[in-house]
Amino acid sequence: MLAPVNIPFESLNLMTLAPMLIPIIGALLILVIDVVKGGLDKSLYVVLALLFLVMDFFSLLGNAGLFSHDGTIMGMFDVMLIDGLALLGQFIIVGASMLFIPLSLTHKRFHEFSYPEFFALFLFMIAGFQFMVATDNIILVFVGLETSSLALYTLIAMHNRDKSFEAAIKYFTMGALAAGFFAFGAMILYALTGSVEINKIALVLASNGYSDIGYVLVGVAFMLAAFAFKLSLIPFHTWAPDVYEGASAAMAGYMSIVPKIAAFVVAMRFFEFLIHSHIVWLEVVLYAFVVITMTASNMWALVQTDVKRMLAYSSISHAGFVMAAILIGTTQANSALFLYWILFSFTNLGSFSMLWISRQKNLIDGQSSDHSYDKFAGMIKTSPVAALIMGLFMLSLAGVPPFALFWGKLYMISSAVSSGYTILALIMALNSAIAGYYYLKLIVYMFMKEPVVGVDGEIYVANATLALRTIIGIAAVATIFAFVAINPLLEFITAFVSKSGY
Amino acid sequence: MLDHILSILIFFPALAAVFGFMIQKESMRTYGVAVALIEFVLSLVLWYAFDNNVSGMQFVENIPLIPAFGINYSLGIDGISLFIIILSAFFTFLGIVSLTDTPKVKYMIITLLFLQMTMAGVFAALDAIVFYTFWELSLVPMLYIIGAWGGPLRIYASIKFFLYTFAGSLVMLVGMLFMAYFYHQAAGVWSFSILDWYRLVLPENFQLWLFVAFFIGFAIKVPMFPFHTWLPYAHGQAPTIGSVILAAILLKMGTYAFVRFSLPLFPDAAAYFMIPIAILAVIMIIYTSMVAYAQKDIKQVVAYSSIAHMGVIILGTFALNVEGVSGSIFLMLGHGVVAGGLFMLVGVIYDRRHTKLMSEFGGLAHVMPRYATIFGIMMMASVGLPLTINFVGEFLSLLGFYQQSHILTLLAGTGIIVGAIYMLAAYKKAFFGEVTNEANKNLPDINKKELFGIIPLVIVAIWLGVYPKPVLGPINNSVTSIIKLMHAKATTELAKERIPDLTKPRVFLMKKTINKEVN
Repeated sequence: MLAPVNIPFESLNLMTLAPMLIPIIGALLILVIDVVKGGLDKSLYVVLALLFLVMDFFSLLGNAGLFSHDGTIMGMFDVMLIDGLALLGQFIIVGASMLFIPLSLTHKRFHEFSYPEFFALFLFMIAGFQFMVATDNIILVFVGLETSSLALYTLIAMHNRDKSFEAAIKYFTMGALAAGFFAFGAMILYALTGSVEINKIALVLASNGYSDIGYVLVGVAFMLAAFAFKLSLIPFHTWAPDVYEGASAAMAGYMSIVPKIAAFVVAMRFFEFLIHSHIVWLEVVLYAFVVITMTASNMWALVQTDVKRMLAYSSISHAGFVMAAILIGTTQANSALFLYWILFSFTNLGSFSMLWISRQKNLIDGQSSDHSYDKFAGMIKTSPVAALIMGLFMLSLAGVPPFALFWGKLYMISSAVSSGYTILALIMALNSAIAGYYYLKLIVYMFMKEPVVGVDGEIYVANATLALRTIIGIAAVATIFAFVAINPLLEFITAFVSKSGY
Repeated sequence: MLDHILSILIFFPALAAVFGFMIQKESMRTYGVAVALIEFVLSLVLWYAFDNNVSGMQFVENIPLIPAFGINYSLGIDGISLFIIILSAFFTFLGIVSLTDTPKVKYMIITLLFLQMTMAGVFAALDAIVFYTFWELSLVPMLYIIGAWGGPLRIYASIKFFLYTFAGSLVMLVGMLFMAYFYHQAAGVWSFSILDWYRLVLPENFQLWLFVAFFIGFAIKVPMFPFHTWLPYAHGQAPTIGSVILAAILLKMGTYAFVRFSLPLFPDAAAYFMIPIAILAVIMIIYTSMVAYAQKDIKQVVAYSSIAHMGVIILGTFALNVEGVSGSIFLMLGHGVVAGGLFMLVGVIYDRRHTKLMSEFGGLAHVMPRYATIFGIMMMASVGLPLTINFVGEFLSLLGFYQQSHILTLLAGTGIIVGAIYMLAAYKKAFFGEVTNEANKNLPDINKKELFGIIPLVIVAIWLGVYPKPVLGPINNSVTSIIKLMHAKATTELAKERIPDLTKPRVFLMKKTINKEVN
């Protein structure tokens, strides 16, 4: 006769689960509404999704209040872990999603938004990302990763163009390989330590003094490859430009921000103890990843003829730049990562949205891609406000002060300087200079060249609606006036990061 | 109002520029002139309120911006920055007044007003990040001026200008971050305030590295040999107004930054690198003078002569004594007035003939006597004729460096002679002789609008050449305090020896028949 298992309900700490449950409930509700009464307009689903995201955000705020009061909270048999990293990660995920979802209220009708499933999948995906960051259990990370990735593949494919299918399949194949790597790496670490929780793995490894260093390295190598796929670090980046090109511009902008911050948080948890145990091999490999990703993707970005592909490579470069924080591993560096990514979300989402509002249903005559540089030539003459805003985003991405991303770069390079990575700091600075060239190239096209024949100002705002304009306005204001918000942001982030012990 | 006059000086033109978008096209020039005039008057008010007896910072403003990271919006000026700010307002005003038929004149004026904001900001900033912000922002309007109104190679020239300076300043940014980190190590708090940094004495080997990091940023901006290649392109392609502002103000940012950052922060390194930098400066003077002599385009002659003058400024700055540094700052102003004036004059002839090749001209003195006279005066000022503005600066700079090295000063002096040769040769080719080209026969002489732009410069060039004291006094005052600070901070023997100790009275001992100076 088995003794009844007695678990006090309070110990489950259900509110740790609340932020993930809200989007899941939202997704189910959307599906139910579709079953009950089909054929409703997309605006209903957009607003519903937005509402659930807002509720999600408020539940995060509640958790953040608890965290700053009581410290780290565990829940659901210690599987859920609500600490500063989890909260900051979720804030960025939910915040960026709230900025993204109104982008589907386009002027032109696009195939994917007519399906309510799009919005349901979108909310499932967010829940998946939230699970990823809010745990240190590798299995739950894996489940969250797969939930969100499968949803994301489908979202990309729903764009319903040849290139979108290609992108989705490519992403799916690469993602499956990365998942395999992740599972294999987790298996090795479990075999070594008998645990799937990152902090226990760290404890066991530290207590036996990394005696099986060979196996540890094999495990770490597989995990690193899995992260590198998700973060599109070179040489695991090959999917990124094609997928960005195939996906809609809005989706591409979203992909450059949200999945990556989820992966960064997991990587931060995973590599923190490894970096501090001074495994030389890992430091060298991470160093090489950072430098090669930044530099090589910048070189590729220089030769692109399509703005969206250029932005894809630039996103890879930014990811490499931020990966330096994982390598440096100090509190300042980890805070810099979050600061950078918040500022990057606004700027990058803004610039991809600018591409999105200029999106035509069909290609313009004589153009081989949706967003070639030529299309933007002489934009200042035909559509000056749009050109100024696009130029603003480019300057911010290039790191020209006082625009948003400069402050992220400043703090990130400063964290490298403070930890003695002088050469790395110089490489980061010089890469910003190289990157300056391709952002400048778009500015040159927009401001200094003559318009291409047959292009009128209408095409740059063909897709614009009030919702899209609002989002771009928010992004632009945030980009210009970032310097006002840096201090509170920095204090908030640093407090959260250092309170979680990173 | 005087408490915030620096902020007003910085942000008034920017605000005016934003409002400028609402102004109708035809009224834009009047609006631009009015705004620039107000800005200029404000800068004169600044001079009026400036206390000549104070050597430190005045009109200080301090607002915390990112206190968690030690970044403050902090402004202030001393005798060194005061006159450059006035000069920048002066040139923005004259530039807008003398704007000739420019396409899209509305956008040009808006861009110029933004540029004025960044220029005032750079010279008034007392926080390294604020300084860096304006320093980088100044690239954007200039990029647009060259790229949108320039000649046939404008895009290449503007990108080259932007990328060169951008790359250099990023290295400088890393240096600033190191400086803040060292301050954090020493004082326990982050700070980017220049005045805080002044109080930090660094070990010599740190100084050397940081000096190099800052040097790269500044040297590209100046531009020093061998980083000077962007400048002739930028000048060659830029419209007249672009060249005027570039030569008169933007280049001065680099030399000003040497005085503001490199000397007081790294006195040991400055003394250590004195001779190598002086050699670079002498190469700049001689080499670019020779290149200038070989130019066929009159604008390129002025452009290369600019680089040569910047060489003299660098030489004076790295004399590390009061004469040299004051002289170099005075020469910054002088060169601003003279080179700006010469570029304006070249613009006058370019507007008439749409060519700048000297072979196209000849005998202009017969056709345009007033123009030839003014050009002659400005050219003499550029050569450094006594009683003109450049003479004072050049003389003091060379005098300062003469105390450090006789040979290098002598070489620099020969460079200045070459300068006289190419300038006079260019003048001869363009203005003397018979009018050979038919197209030049009926050129109209300089008109009222152009005169209005150029005459003030001539007056300043002669006034400050004859009586430099009102300007030189405050400069001397502030430079003396910087040199004192440098001597106090110097740790190496070399630096102690090269930077004079101003606290001890200078006495002269009479020994038989030899005058000998004893410290």
